[in-house]
Amino acid sequence: MSVTKPLPHDAAPLHVAGVARYVDDIPTPKGTLHLAFGLSPIAKGTIIAMDLSAVKAAEGVVQVMTADDLPFANDVSPSIHDEPLLSDGTVHYIGQPVFLVVATSHLAARKAARLGKIDYAEDTPILTIEEALAADSRFEDGPRIYAKGDADAAIANARHVIEGSFELGGQEHFYLEGQAALAVPNEGADMLVHSSTQHPTEIQHKVADALGVPMHAVRVETRRMGGGFGGKESQGNALAVACAIAARATGKACKMRYDRDDDMIITGKRHAFRIAYKAGFDENGHVQGVSFHHYVICGWAQDLSLPVADRAMLHSDNAYLLPNARIESHRLKTNTQSATAYRGFGGPQGMVGIERVMDHAAHALGLDPVELRRRNYYEPAHKVADQPLHAKPLGHPDPHEDLTSRGAVETGSAPVRPLPAGGNTTPYGMEVSDFELHGMTEALLKSSDYAARKAAIAEWNAKNGVIKKGIAFSPVKFGISFTLTHLNQAGALVHVYQDGSVHLNHGGTEMGQGLFQKVAQVAASRFGIPLEMVKITATDTAKVPNTSATAASSGSDLNGMAVKAACDTIRDRMTDYLAERHQADPATVTFTDGHVLVGEERYTFAEAAALAYQGRISLSATGFYKTPKIEWDRIAGRGRPFFYFAYGASVTEVVVDTLTGENRILRTDILHDAGASLNPALDIGQVEGGYVQGAGWLTTEELVWDGKGNLRTHAPSTYKIPACSDRPDFFNVALWDGENHEDTIYRSKAVGEPPFMLGISAWLALSNAVAASGDGYPALNAPATAEELWRGVQRMKGGT
Amino acid sequence: MNITFLLNGETVELSDVDPTATLLDWLREDRGLTGTKEGCNEGDCGACTVMVTDEGGAKALNACILFLPQLHGKAVRTVEGASGPNGEAHPVQQAMVDLHGSQCGFCTPGFVMSMVASHANGATDHDTQLAGNLCRCTGYAPIIRAATAIEAMPVPVWVKDAPVDADAQPMLPTSSDELAAIYADHPEATLIAGATDVGLWVTKQLRELDPVIFLNRCDDLKNITITEGEIRLGTMVDMNRMGAALADLHPSYAEMIRRYASVQVRHAATVGGNIANGSPIGDNPPALIALGATLHLRKGDTRRSIPLEDFFIDYGKQDRAPGEFVEAVSFLRQPDRLKCYKLSKRFDQDISAVCGCFNITVTDGTVSQARIAFGGMAGIPKRATHVEAALIGKPWTAATIQAALPAFADDYQPLTDMRASATYRLETAKAMLERYFLEDQGEVTDVLKVTA
Repeated sequence: MSVTKPLPHDAAPLHVAGVARYVDDIPTPKGTLHLAFGLSPIAKGTIIAMDLSAVKAAEGVVQVMTADDLPFANDVSPSIHDEPLLSDGTVHYIGQPVFLVVATSHLAARKAARLGKIDYAEDTPILTIEEALAADSRFEDGPRIYAKGDADAAIANARHVIEGSFELGGQEHFYLEGQAALAVPNEGADMLVHSSTQHPTEIQHKVADALGVPMHAVRVETRRMGGGFGGKESQGNALAVACAIAARATGKACKMRYDRDDDMIITGKRHAFRIAYKAGFDENGHVQGVSFHHYVICGWAQDLSLPVADRAMLHSDNAYLLPNARIESHRLKTNTQSATAYRGFGGPQGMVGIERVMDHAAHALGLDPVELRRRNYYEPAHKVADQPLHAKPLGHPDPHEDLTSRGAVETGSAPVRPLPAGGNTTPYGMEVSDFELHGMTEALLKSSDYAARKAAIAEWNAKNGVIKKGIAFSPVKFGISFTLTHLNQAGALVHVYQDGSVHLNHGGTEMGQGLFQKVAQVAASRFGIPLEMVKITATDTAKVPNTSATAASSGSDLNGMAVKAACDTIRDRMTDYLAERHQADPATVTFTDGHVLVGEERYTFAEAAALAYQGRISLSATGFYKTPKIEWDRIAGRGRPFFYFAYGASVTEVVVDTLTGENRILRTDILHDAGASLNPALDIGQVEGGYVQGAGWLTTEELVWDGKGNLRTHAPSTYKIPACSDRPDFFNVALWDGENHEDTIYRSKAVGEPPFMLGISAWLALSNAVAASGDGYPALNAPATAEELWRGVQRMKGGT
Repeated sequence: MNITFLLNGETVELSDVDPTATLLDWLREDRGLTGTKEGCNEGDCGACTVMVTDEGGAKALNACILFLPQLHGKAVRTVEGASGPNGEAHPVQQAMVDLHGSQCGFCTPGFVMSMVASHANGATDHDTQLAGNLCRCTGYAPIIRAATAIEAMPVPVWVKDAPVDADAQPMLPTSSDELAAIYADHPEATLIAGATDVGLWVTKQLRELDPVIFLNRCDDLKNITITEGEIRLGTMVDMNRMGAALADLHPSYAEMIRRYASVQVRHAATVGGNIANGSPIGDNPPALIALGATLHLRKGDTRRSIPLEDFFIDYGKQDRAPGEFVEAVSFLRQPDRLKCYKLSKRFDQDISAVCGCFNITVTDGTVSQARIAFGGMAGIPKRATHVEAALIGKPWTAATIQAALPAFADDYQPLTDMRASATYRLETAKAMLERYFLEDQGEVTDVLKVTA
């Protein structure tokens, strides 16, 4: 079987030879034009006058467009139509596209885009949480509140109470390939769009709306992205729509890619949060109640902010059974880039909140932080009866809405399910029945030699005045499924040709995670053939329609199952045909080692395919999958939003220079739960990469805006993602030997996002090291840059 | 301007070259070689890394800030030329596949070329060799496994390039005398040494530079002369060569250079360029000022020498006349008392928030000499004269250090920006003096030397 094999990424030989094609590498038709946006230089205001004569006169410029020139929808929002492609006369952040330049070269377009003369009436922008709260500038009518029990009363009655508030910064995706799109006008009103996107169907939908054509007139193709991380779920809409409109207007192919600085200035990033917390514990460190206030900086447009903020609330428990919990979430509208999807989709922020609480409580109670955590874990995995699902009223959805977006609004709502009393339930009423962390924690503490190293670190710190070490453990429990339930579906298209070669297509997109290889391994396993016989093809809206974004770690779970269904349909047809011809029992027909065995006969798979073809058997099938058992009411905060949870645990050791706050990760040990892994090599790659990216978020990756709303960190010279030497010196990563309790594809688990949150242990370890320089609690903000750690040391030395 | 170079072993001759066309744009747009990627267009991500071979050997360089005339007479190898003539994989390529070194694959060609170059040079300090290549997917661990796995494998013959003959071209002088003459005729010209700064004027500020004079063929400006009395560095000495030259003489300075930008940038960046551009955050000036360096300037046939610190007059203003250029920098041989502390958000390839350089001589327990200079603390690289005065003549003790700390506020009133706050800058500058003292007393003070 191909599944479970640690095979390299399918495109690796192309990557290393430089022949893997990205959008900007596709040979373009003669006369292809290039686009650039003219950007707003102010954070809030109204356009009084626009003089674009110098832009039009610039060398190489073919056309200049403003909102007035758009024939149909001026809308690239993935949710509530509040994000025009080009300014509608008002501007809402520095970097908002105001006009569009179409020119003969990328450079000519960039140069011309700087020549616009626009007069603005400036308003005072809303840039901070305080300013947004004061102005009641928010999305949704008020804060969302999810609650279980009575947190305030439980905290009031608790023996120990801790309280605090901290800032948690956003994060730039820094996909190495910037946003890019290429639109090629086809005959009639048809348009072909190549887009570097995680969501081809959304691109198709937005382009169709912008061109005033049905979705069938637009075909979107995505072979691969040079990284996505959530940054290409909705942020590619503007480029694809701009290219399509310009291509329609000029009759020429049009290409657009953002220069890196433009990319960072224009596009959204991870949501920054302020998290205020109050929690009560008993004398043994058992949590009695927790209360969180999330202040979420959403930026100027709604984009996907509501489900992001929801998911942060849904991960405010992480691995801990909270008897009483209350989470209040404020989604604040500010004059900054519209924050968007980023690996974990709010989950990491919610999780950092509760891990901070556990860390702070362990310090306050004088307990080992791991021990305190284990005392509060959910109960171990156990069987529970499936809950019946509540049928939602059908209602009348608007087919013109962008229903495949995570920003879509659900029609109808399910009756509110009562919260189960007691039990092993989350603050949103879901029974946790697959909890793996007791065994994983035990195993990791042992393999990482946690206790001995903790003692050695205490000894080091007693001897060294300047250089302090720290160590920390953190667990991950991450919910798998789109919280917008209807997105949990996928389609696939599989062809078997007469020579036995297989053409594979599904709705997922490849951004480096190895999805295509995993799904191809599934197909090869279903047919019992070598992987080389399976051709992986570009994602294409003409082959599989109405796809969900490749997001929420769902790619393999959903598309693997859809491909399995398609393969099994074809396999069953071949089985029935061959069994009938051989008068054999279909149950005895087997597909293995590249052969099909029927009674005494042994055919190669190619021979079997040729026979089936001659027998006039259809060798093409679609497959479809929808995730069972889930339902969710996001207003009430009740239901089972997740099919299952993925788990992980990490121990990180760091060293900090208390004179300057400079610091390094010395060693990291990780045990991660990928279920029965479809491909351990690819999964370990996700874990290693996710950890480093998560640690980067919480350490060196600092986004800085000035007082006018200018992003000051808009290039790799000023925004510092981890470099090679920032990975841990010793980096031990292992997969937990388990399998999914739920019936997923070969009992594997999603692995895209969960490991990102393993990086939280790095932040906690830094706090632990800083704590060694005094008696108090460091109360770090994130990112814990050298400067933030230095401030922490000053607080320690000041005894606060 | 007409130029000649080798591209993946084949001769390329270009006429009427736009002097500020970048190699990256030419490869991708004119030549159709799209394996080399644009990640940032400013030399910070390494996705565009190519290998360039000249008389100095094989070097990884960033194609995005490499102007075509800089290639005259050299050999360029792109990722398409990493594979053999019959499609054979370079050992680096095979190891990257086998050990899962690529995920999205976009940074991969750049990594491959950095590794092809470091492998050709027998380098095994992989973290340093690859500091200029950013990867957002893998967390680097599998890439380092690949680099390590092929250390002992032979260098494939097809990547062994040699420079080619290059004829004389206007604005590409081949000696300092030619340069002096051309620059005197065109005092309005922009001098381009390694283009690691000027490159961004073109790729980011979209400036039109005309005329430009390239210094990279002036071999007599690349000399490193070490005598018993002094060390003299020609203006075109690149930062990698400078680091190697100082490794034994002033190891702390050499270590600072190891963290200065990246291998790719250091192959292009020059000591003269780092001084002449007048940046307040260049890392060489504070170190050289602390060493008491002298700057040698030339205009036409007129030469003058000044203390380096006098060159920096004010932010954006240097003591350099039109048509005058930096010819060399020199400093006296001296016992090594220099420590260079480079403080940045990230250790590797990051511009300093504060760069503090200390050269303090202690004689019989008393501070006899102190030269201290900082970058990032003022509008220019600047000496800490008040701090120096507070130390000289005092006993070399913790009490002296503490007593000197308030003097920092007399020397510096730093700014707050995206790299650091004013408070942090001032307080860590003080902390660096404390560190210098503690390090002198043998205490562990370097997080880069601590292991788990």
